[in-house]
Amino acid sequence: MRREIPLIITATVGIAYIIQYFIPHTPFDKVEALFSDWLSIIAACAIWLGALNLLKLSFINVSKRKKDWFFSLVIIMSWLTMAMVGISEGPGFQEPGTKFDWLYNNVYTPLSATMFAMLAFYVASASYRAFRARNFQATLLLVAAFLVLSGRVLFDEIVFGFLPADWKILSTISDFIMQVLNTAGQRAILIGIALGTVSTSLRIILGIERSYLGSD
Amino acid sequence: MNFWKALLAIDRRWIFLFVFLALAVPMFLNVDFDLSISREVQGLYDALDKLQPNSKILMSFDYDPPSAPELQPMADAIMKYCLKKKLRIIIMGLWPQGPIQANMALNRAFLEEDINRDDYVYGVHYVNLGYQAGNEFVIQRMGSAFYEMFKRDYTGNRYEELPLMRGIKNFNDIDFSINFSAGYPGTVEWVQIAVDRFHVRLGAGNTAVQAPQVYPYYNSGQVVGLAGGMRGAAELEGVFARFDGGTVDYKDKGTKYMLSQTIAHAVVMFFIVVGNIAYFVIGRKDKLKASK
Repeated sequence: MRREIPLIITATVGIAYIIQYFIPHTPFDKVEALFSDWLSIIAACAIWLGALNLLKLSFINVSKRKKDWFFSLVIIMSWLTMAMVGISEGPGFQEPGTKFDWLYNNVYTPLSATMFAMLAFYVASASYRAFRARNFQATLLLVAAFLVLSGRVLFDEIVFGFLPADWKILSTISDFIMQVLNTAGQRAILIGIALGTVSTSLRIILGIERSYLGSD
Repeated sequence: MNFWKALLAIDRRWIFLFVFLALAVPMFLNVDFDLSISREVQGLYDALDKLQPNSKILMSFDYDPPSAPELQPMADAIMKYCLKKKLRIIIMGLWPQGPIQANMALNRAFLEEDINRDDYVYGVHYVNLGYQAGNEFVIQRMGSAFYEMFKRDYTGNRYEELPLMRGIKNFNDIDFSINFSAGYPGTVEWVQIAVDRFHVRLGAGNTAVQAPQVYPYYNSGQVVGLAGGMRGAAELEGVFARFDGGTVDYKDKGTKYMLSQTIAHAVVMFFIVVGNIAYFVIGRKDKLKASK
């Protein structure tokens, strides 16, 4: 039954969603509403599950003094601080001026922004060492990257500032690459993904694809 | 080790230093420039411009602080414009941090001289519905009943107690939607469900990384306007400053940070060119050695 029940739920919800897309009327709209509400509830529970699992793993790391256990301690402290401050302030905890808001603006935001900003440095370093015009395709990629990189910033205004104001050479080329070449490529990828999604979804709904149930 | 090999083996901290200087120094400079406005940003402005005062606009803030340098200037500029134009603003988020980012945009807008905070009543002129878990299923459910997804706003007020929300049953009661997106769930999901199924008119603000994925939807007309990355933010500030005028200062961080991004791009391109020259020179010398 551990396998049959999830298979039945999956098939029922999947078929209901397909039917209500084409026939959005009673009773299918009510079924869709019911399943959507349940999916939101499951998603909310999944967030809690993930957060509690992180806390559990961090506690294990600290209690067993595993490698880099100190970072797990930081996770526990941060987790508990944010949760306790948020809970203590009630439903309006996100409002400007609350302690939670202060922590969000002065601790969480700078830390997460710093982590993301470091990418700029690593991208620069990696590009220097790895972005090579080794063959025709790589050269094409390199030229396209240069044109988009220069067209998306102020090179037109600074380098070609002497030209008439409406002559934006690099911006025009960059826009062409983004709107025509990129769109063509993205559409091909999107069509491929859509076809793959449809076939995989059908396999899951019909119970052919069962890997999501685990190996037990 | 010869010069070119030494150049290729340069300590990466030197590269980090150059990138740091390229990003940091321009932040202290004040350079004014007039950016050309792209078709997609103009489309976003035109869509907003066509809205009548008191039109209801739904803003979904689907990003978090790491993407804020690109998306927050867009949100700030659009929020200022919408408040100044007396549009009724409904805020929500499919990312937990989104509604807080929206508050930042609101507070920034209220600092403007031309936008008097006392003229805007929470629940009447603007409302923050908060975060709702469920990704695209939230959009799907909003298509049939907003109320079912947001029974309370982010401060705990009941949906029916909010005058702005009383007349809103589903997307049919929304005049325009804007999505600020940094990934999943985001603009792609809004297009696939809200636009495709419920015929919502959608504009989008995206990070530079995500924008290429949204261009097909813009070219097909499913997204009426699109601002991508820092350039999109700067253009948006520029288009509001150019056409809206008045005392609202639209040109802000988007415009200011463009110079940093320009110099940083130049530095990265310079290093790529140097790296390639070194690579070819070394390759040629090795070939010559082998032939001897």
